[in-house]
Amino acid sequence: MSEFTFLFRGRDTSASPEQMQKNMQKWVAWFKELGEKGHIKYPGHPLEGTGKVVRGKQKTVHDGPYAEAKDIVNGFTLIEAKDLSQAVELSKGCPILEIGGSVEVRPIQILNM
Amino acid sequence: MEPSDHLFRREAGRMVAALTRIFGIHNLALAEDVVQDAFCRAMEVWKFRGMPENPSAWLMATARNRALDVLRRQRTARTFAPELGRLLESEWTLAPVVEELFAPKAIKDDLLRMMFSCCHPRLAEDAQVALILHILCGFSVSEIASAFVSSHAAIEKRITRAKKVLAGSKRLFDVTVQADFVARLPAVHRALYLLFNEGYHGASAQSAVRAELCHEAMRLAAVLLEHPLGAIPATYALSALMCLNAARLPARINASGNLSSLFDQDRSLWDRKLVLEGLKLLEFSASGTELTEYHVEAAIASAHSTVSHAKDTDWASIVSLYDTLMAIHPSPIVALNRAIAVAQHEGPARGLEEIEAIEDRNRLNTYPFYPATLGELELRRGRPDAARKHFQAALALARNPTERNFFERRMDTCTRGDSSATPLDRISQSTQVRAGKA
Repeated sequence: MSEFTFLFRGRDTSASPEQMQKNMQKWVAWFKELGEKGHIKYPGHPLEGTGKVVRGKQKTVHDGPYAEAKDIVNGFTLIEAKDLSQAVELSKGCPILEIGGSVEVRPIQILNM
Repeated sequence: MEPSDHLFRREAGRMVAALTRIFGIHNLALAEDVVQDAFCRAMEVWKFRGMPENPSAWLMATARNRALDVLRRQRTARTFAPELGRLLESEWTLAPVVEELFAPKAIKDDLLRMMFSCCHPRLAEDAQVALILHILCGFSVSEIASAFVSSHAAIEKRITRAKKVLAGSKRLFDVTVQADFVARLPAVHRALYLLFNEGYHGASAQSAVRAELCHEAMRLAAVLLEHPLGAIPATYALSALMCLNAARLPARINASGNLSSLFDQDRSLWDRKLVLEGLKLLEFSASGTELTEYHVEAAIASAHSTVSHAKDTDWASIVSLYDTLMAIHPSPIVALNRAIAVAQHEGPARGLEEIEAIEDRNRLNTYPFYPATLGELELRRGRPDAARKHFQAALALARNPTERNFFERRMDTCTRGDSSATPLDRISQSTQVRAGKA
């Protein structure tokens, strides 16, 4: 088993309450399924849409958001999967894709010291 | 835990009502932003952690905390609810006051306050209904447009204008002033009645959407009944009427997806529990001296609901109930319904005579079931060619595929010369409001 992180981008703030509830229920169902199949290493966290970026030797501090709303990472989860292609398959169930968002699948490097 | 159906939509209404009470009606838009924000937060957290034990309480607490933030940050820049005066200005009182305003009992009153505020006399009835659906029932503009089979732009315009009137009224309606409550109550009844009819007779082809509108009207009527000033005979009668008609919803669309008239419905599909509930409410409505159109309509509905076979219907009583209805609340639609009952009782020729005698029947010209009724009666008295022309006229006025399909099938029946089916039905009372609108 290898570990991967899913980075979620995109959110739909203009949805009606009914649509948001449906979307949320899809997420809960998707997460539950991943969990039951033993793919969730750590459920992760949502991230606030605000924050700071510290950059360069000058250590200049910039206000977030850092990019267009659709490009902001707004949550992450740690996944266990056989290999990258399985992790990618798992990410395809993510409801964020249905509202035009994206999931970035990144293998986590294991450090053998 | 699975959230109940429409939890977000329902909570949206409760949260906006509570927040507007705190922020003041002029800050309606701010209240809506806070609600949207609470949903976004719920989405983000629940996605990763699953649903909380009590999702309503979670959402309310989030909205409450956000409200406190807003009040603290903006109290110098903005004015909030004038009714709360200086209570929001001091840290000593701010948190306890907001806490109290988010208690379940307070929120119930807020719903009522908002319901009465939406029925502002400066708003047309259709605007009141749209506003109630949007603010109290949490439907988006597109969802309302689709339920009303109207354009998004038209509904958006209607709601934006109505919100402007609402936000421009100095304060929320005060439900504690008895005289004001009693004076505004008939307008609230009317709006809920129209909301229900939009679901029951309305243009949407999706039966699920229509049932939702009916249920929203029933839910809000129940809120009225919980208030001592709201629990009057007219409210009971209105609730009775809604229950008795809603009981028939499962049978209105038949197995092949076609509109099924009162006469053809499989009555075993009627919701017995709702019928009994309706009859009980009708009993409660019988106290007092006031006889409203809701009493009479509920009585008509009960005359149908308590009969297992259409052929056993007591048409003489129904005609006399329509006579009463014409006396207290005359309209061309009521007259048309009365004519249908007369036709059932004394034959199609008599029904047609009664329709001829409706003075302002030109107001029915855009209503598809007016020519359709003429068609049915002509068909029944053996004039399929005349009937077919009427159904063709109805077809041209049809508002959705279900209606179109229904009229097409009636035209086919005329061609086949088969007049055995009798799909006349009680007709929408809400046409007065819809008439003249595209």
